Amino acid sequence: MLLASQAMTAGSIAANFNTARPTVSKHLAILTECELLGQQQNGREIYYHLNPNKMKEIADFIEPFRKLWDDRFNKLEDIMKAYKPKK
Amino acid sequence: MELKTKIHAEDGKQELTITREFELPLELLFKAYEDADIVAQWMGTNVVKLENKKYGSWQFDTTDDKGNIVFSASGVYHEFVPNKKITRTFEMGNASFDVQLEFLEFEALAEDKSKLTMQIVYRSGALRDQMLKLPFKQGLNMAHNRLEAVVKQLNP
Repeated sequence: MLLASQAMTAGSIAANFNTARPTVSKHLAILTECELLGQQQNGREIYYHLNPNKMKEIADFIEPFRKLWDDRFNKLEDIMKAYKPKK
Repeated sequence: MELKTKIHAEDGKQELTITREFELPLELLFKAYEDADIVAQWMGTNVVKLENKKYGSWQFDTTDDKGNIVFSASGVYHEFVPNKKITRTFEMGNASFDVQLEFLEFEALAEDKSKLTMQIVYRSGALRDQMLKLPFKQGLNMAHNRLEAVVKQLNP
């Protein structure tokens, strides 16, 4: 949420939480590894920013709806491929 | 890999379009919508009524092992043109969602290839989004469980 409006350093992110700095760093490392966050070096500081494309992928709520229809249509296709007309 | 089933839902609109290409001749694709026994198989439901004609009606009931109805839907056909077009209404039973209007168009792409384009019009954009989110909500619960399992591995 903090990063939604601006890129921030690990220190300034940690200042918003009642958590030890190493714990915050560990969380940032995991989020960066998952590509949810991106890093940018600016002088001596590393700034973290949200990766909107990755966030969108996760927030893509249409996918389960698509999957539901895809499964149904796959079934339809399988049934009709095996279909033998009654004589 | 290209997705076989595609959903097009523009922001703020009260409709969506589902398209799907099948490795089936057009006639077989349409048959899957016409024959009650086949509809029952791929939709996983009981077909109570399927009157394939203008102003005919249709009704599906899905039951659990004990025979209780867990899902029902029904509607009326406004157009039923074999191998070409179905226009129908769709309404879920025992739900507070308004009826929706569906336009299904069937076309042949090749001898053994066909395409279905399904346009669904909802009463409002908000209702469309609500319907889109129904399977999403179920999926989200599963994703949360998976996330929980992954995080537990990170912190032994």
